[in-house]
Order: sequence, then structure tokens, then C-alpha cells
Amino acid sequence: MSIDRRSFLLEASKLIVLTAPAAAAWDYVIAGAAEQAPDYDASAHWWAMIIDVEKCIGCGRCVQACKAENGVPLEPQYFRTWVERYEIDPDDPEHPHVESPNGGYDGFPGPTKPGTKTFFVPKLCNQCADSPCVQVCPVGATFRTPDGVVLVDKEYCLGCRYCVQACPYGCRYIDPRTHTADKCTLCYHRITKGLQTACVEVCPTGARYLGDLKDPRDPIHEFLRTHKVQVLKPQMATHSKTFYNGLDGAVR
Amino acid sequence: MARFRSYEHLLRLAAVFAAGVALFLGARWLLVPSDYGRLGAYRASALAQNQLRPIAYAGQVACVECHTDVADLRRSNAHARISCESCHGPLARHAADPAEAVERPDPRATCAVCHLPSPAKPPWFKTVAFTEHADPGPCTTCHQAHAPKL
Repeated sequence: MSIDRRSFLLEASKLIVLTAPAAAAWDYVIAGAAEQAPDYDASAHWWAMIIDVEKCIGCGRCVQACKAENGVPLEPQYFRTWVERYEIDPDDPEHPHVESPNGGYDGFPGPTKPGTKTFFVPKLCNQCADSPCVQVCPVGATFRTPDGVVLVDKEYCLGCRYCVQACPYGCRYIDPRTHTADKCTLCYHRITKGLQTACVEVCPTGARYLGDLKDPRDPIHEFLRTHKVQVLKPQMATHSKTFYNGLDGAVR
Repeated sequence: MARFRSYEHLLRLAAVFAAGVALFLGARWLLVPSDYGRLGAYRASALAQNQLRPIAYAGQVACVECHTDVADLRRSNAHARISCESCHGPLARHAADPAEAVERPDPRATCAVCHLPSPAKPPWFKTVAFTEHADPGPCTTCHQAHAPKL
């Protein structure tokens, strides 16, 4: 068999020219029929959370509310949000003593060591814009929504636990009932209906604030401009959207 | 240049190739959900599924819609900015059906959740040593939860 250079180039270029539109059309083919558009426009929001450490009193209301609202198992190893109590010895600030009995669900009974710097730090999913958990999911069961919330597709999750290991903040667990990954959804069923998250709703001192960075009238912009805020583990480049005000350097 | 005559094996190759493509497309059609990839590398309907959860906490707006007397009482005091459900618990079912009975919060334990002393609490927050402060009765004997005076 022989084919001259002229005809080979002709056929090859035809093939290349035809591939591009075919690939573009394919995107529409796999998209299928359009779903019903809900009233909530996800692309119009970009949710963020502010945690004011100096206002937290460690009452654990947020932990209780989160578990009640989201049906999180009550065993002390499953939390979507939890509160930690730090105790920092001034002579050894590199090794703070951190405890979180039952995630702070029942408050923090018992005294702290005298002479230590001590405070509470609420933790939850940081809703990272560049989330490691999303990157490692092999099946696309965890993803960042257009409004900036990291969610889990429970029907698609294999329960492989890569995301649990990948989260630098320890915010994920495997639900013992479904054996799928679970985490803070930023109360996606509430915020899409105009409500606050459960933890923000019940916080008695206003230590938590849910803000919409895409809403120019949201007070979150004023807060971020006038306060010295920090995200957890900024060196991980996760672009966390949970901003801590008054965060001590010892907090990890 | 000799005339090219052996078309048959080219056709066979094309048939195998076409069958492979058809198999791939068929498998893809069967395995990939129809809404996968619409918003990103995930099922777009997972957003709606996450929105479906029933609500447990009705929210402050729903509470003060009926309980205007308590809202007025709480207007300007130390507890003014605390949400009702912070002490009363999740009450979405009560908000949907006011006939649904509501349990009153424990008049001592509920206060203790916040007001027990702890060095970890910020210095501005008012705490009280419960055991030394008063007999083990309800706090509401002397204090009004909705209008606390210290």
C-alpha cells in the first residue's frame, strides 16, 4: 500500500478540522435536558464565614444546633462543627494544649491550668475555594458549588476516604449509616432559602457570621476591611473562606 | 505507482474502529449521569439534593412573627440579640404548626450553659459561680431570662 504525501495531508487535515466541532457538540449532548431552575441563583452568591474568636464563650450551642439541624450522629467522633479550647503555657507557646471534649457539645466543664493563656476556637469546614478534598475525589462526588460551598454528592460517593485524609482541617468524617463522606454543607438547605446556618442562628454572642461576598451591601465587606482577620493554615493555599478575627498564632 | 487494490482490510479496520467508538459511546451513555458536567465535574442535581433536607431551626424571623410580646420585652437588654432557638432549641415544627407543644428550657441548666465561669471566656462576658451565688433553685426566681437585670 502506498499513499502519496499530498492525499495523506488532505485527509489528515480534514479529520483535524472535523474533530473540533464534534468535541464542542459533545458537551451539549452529554448535558442532557435542562433541569428545572430553582428560585435560588447559585451564581449570584459567594458564601463566606467569619468566626470572631474573641466573642466565643465555648457554650457549644453551635455544635448542638449543627447536629440537630443536619442529623449528625451524636457519637463524639462525628462533627460538622466543633469547638476547641486552647491552653497555652507562656513558657512553651509552641506546644499548646488543645482539648475538645465531645466537640464542645456539652460545653467545657473543668478548670484550666492556672497561668495559661486560654480561649475557645470554633472549627468547621473552611469552604475552601481551592479545596484539596475536591481535588482528590476520584469520582466527582465532592465539589465546589457555583456559590462557593463544598458539598458531597452522597449518591455518588464511594466512601473511599481520600477526602477525609486530604482535608487539612480535619473537617470530614465517614457517616456510619451511609458509609459515605460527610461534612459541613454550610447548611445549604437553609442558606438557599434565605435563612442563616444553624450555628450562626443559635450563637448567643454573635461569634459567627455568615456573609455573601458577592453582595456589595453585605456587612462582611466592612468587617473584613476594618478587622485583622486570618484564615487557618494559609500556607496550604486552600483559599479558605472562613475568616478568623482575633486568632492566636498558636491555633492550627 | 502501482494501483491500490486491497481495500478489504481497511474496511475491516474501520469496522473494528467504529465498533469500539460505539461501545465507548454506549458505555458512556449508560454510566455517566445526564447532568454530570453541566456545572463542573460533578452531578448538577446534587445541589438540589443537598437543598432538600428538612429545616429544624425555624429562624428568628419566624419566631417574632407571632411572639411579638417577647420580642418587645427583649428589644433592648443584654439578651436582645440572642436568637430564641438558642435557648428554646429547634422549633421549626412548632413554627409550622403552633399547636405543636414546646418544652420549656431548664431554668437553671440553660443559664449555666453560657454563664458558668471559665478563664477561657472573654473578660467582658458576665459569668457567675452558680454554687456560691445562690441555692440550687431555678435562676428565673430572681432573674428574667427575656429581660435580664444583673
